[in-house]
Amino acid sequence: MSAELTPGISRLGTVLTSGNPAWTSLLGLCPLLAVSTSVVNALTLAVATTGVLLGSSIAIATLRHRIPEFARLPAFVLIIATWTTCAVMLLEAYAYEIYGSIALFVQIIVTNCIILARAESFASRVPPLAAARDALIVAMGFAAALLLLGAVREIAGKATLFAGMEQLFGPAAAGWEITVPGVESGLLIVVLPPGAFITAGLLIALSRGIAARRSARGRRTDNPPDAVESRS
Amino acid sequence: MGDLGLILVSAALVNNFVLVQFLGLCPFLGVSDRYPPATALGLATACVLSLTAALAHGVEHWVLAPLELEFLRLIVFITLIAAVVQFTERVIRATSPVLHAILGLYLPLITSNCAVLGVAILAVGQQLSFFGTLVYSVGAGVGFALVISLFAALRERLSRAAVPSAFAGIPIALVSAGILALGFMGFAGVGR
Repeated sequence: MSAELTPGISRLGTVLTSGNPAWTSLLGLCPLLAVSTSVVNALTLAVATTGVLLGSSIAIATLRHRIPEFARLPAFVLIIATWTTCAVMLLEAYAYEIYGSIALFVQIIVTNCIILARAESFASRVPPLAAARDALIVAMGFAAALLLLGAVREIAGKATLFAGMEQLFGPAAAGWEITVPGVESGLLIVVLPPGAFITAGLLIALSRGIAARRSARGRRTDNPPDAVESRS
Repeated sequence: MGDLGLILVSAALVNNFVLVQFLGLCPFLGVSDRYPPATALGLATACVLSLTAALAHGVEHWVLAPLELEFLRLIVFITLIAAVVQFTERVIRATSPVLHAILGLYLPLITSNCAVLGVAILAVGQQLSFFGTLVYSVGAGVGFALVISLFAALRERLSRAAVPSAFAGIPIALVSAGILALGFMGFAGVGR
């Protein structure tokens, strides 16, 4: 369990791209699809999820010798629920406006399978520091998926980017909003529920297509890349 | 009475929990590749859902609210759900071994189905009466069972279709779910 710094960095790369838990195993898909209507919603949920994942991983790793085997799952769930309650209270206190629009999905972090999966398969077996690093890496992967989907849906659906950031970062962030020039309104369907499913499906297919292309190119290393390009 | 009917239709179709509110997607995509287990799981989830929502309503109004312990809602509700799932598993094992064999693996997963927790929280948030909560959760459960069995039937057909390799499996399932959601948007405005 020592000397994991370099693998940690390469693992971060995998988690952010091809091995992203949100895309590969579809864990935590509910909040991913529901909250990704804009970047500001996505960012708020990503921060809340990161906090809960980090807090509960450290707590579970610290208590791992004291939690009896038979009461493992209930104990994990209660720890996660406690941290989620803290996240809910913090958001209610400091970002009430934005909390109002995603309230249900912050509370539902309790049932986010990514967190329980990390607790069960990793955090309950290692010391707190390793659990914290793992939690951060996994949370960054989840946040990357959430922000990517949020950005794509906000650009395509509303023709804006970073709208409403002042709800999270204070009045100074009001000027962050970018509008797509020459477009008056986006495709409404992308922001509506069907658009969430379709956009997510297209993004996963795109990332798979790119990965397949790359591995096909890797196999023909003796061919110059131009030859591959002209054939397709 | 008319109100209760409206609540039922709204929870089952207009605001379908899976396709409009994005709750319970893990089982919706994870267990829907074959039709019989998907339908059985849908019905079991519907039972757990109605039972927990009714119990959660009781706990909220007789315990948490009088003692001003609303901030413990999440912790109490998730414990309640785990207990109801445990209870349902015992009942199914005792009454129908066949059903238990089909569902055995998936039953404990109902605990981490966010639709169950979501319905309990939403019902409390809307301050429905006891019967309102009951009808709302039955509607939600029926909607969940309906959509998961529809989708499982769709996916059985999809598994025989020629799909581009990048779309095979999950992406095409998501896009089909999107088209199904598009269909369900046709219910918007019903009963208003």
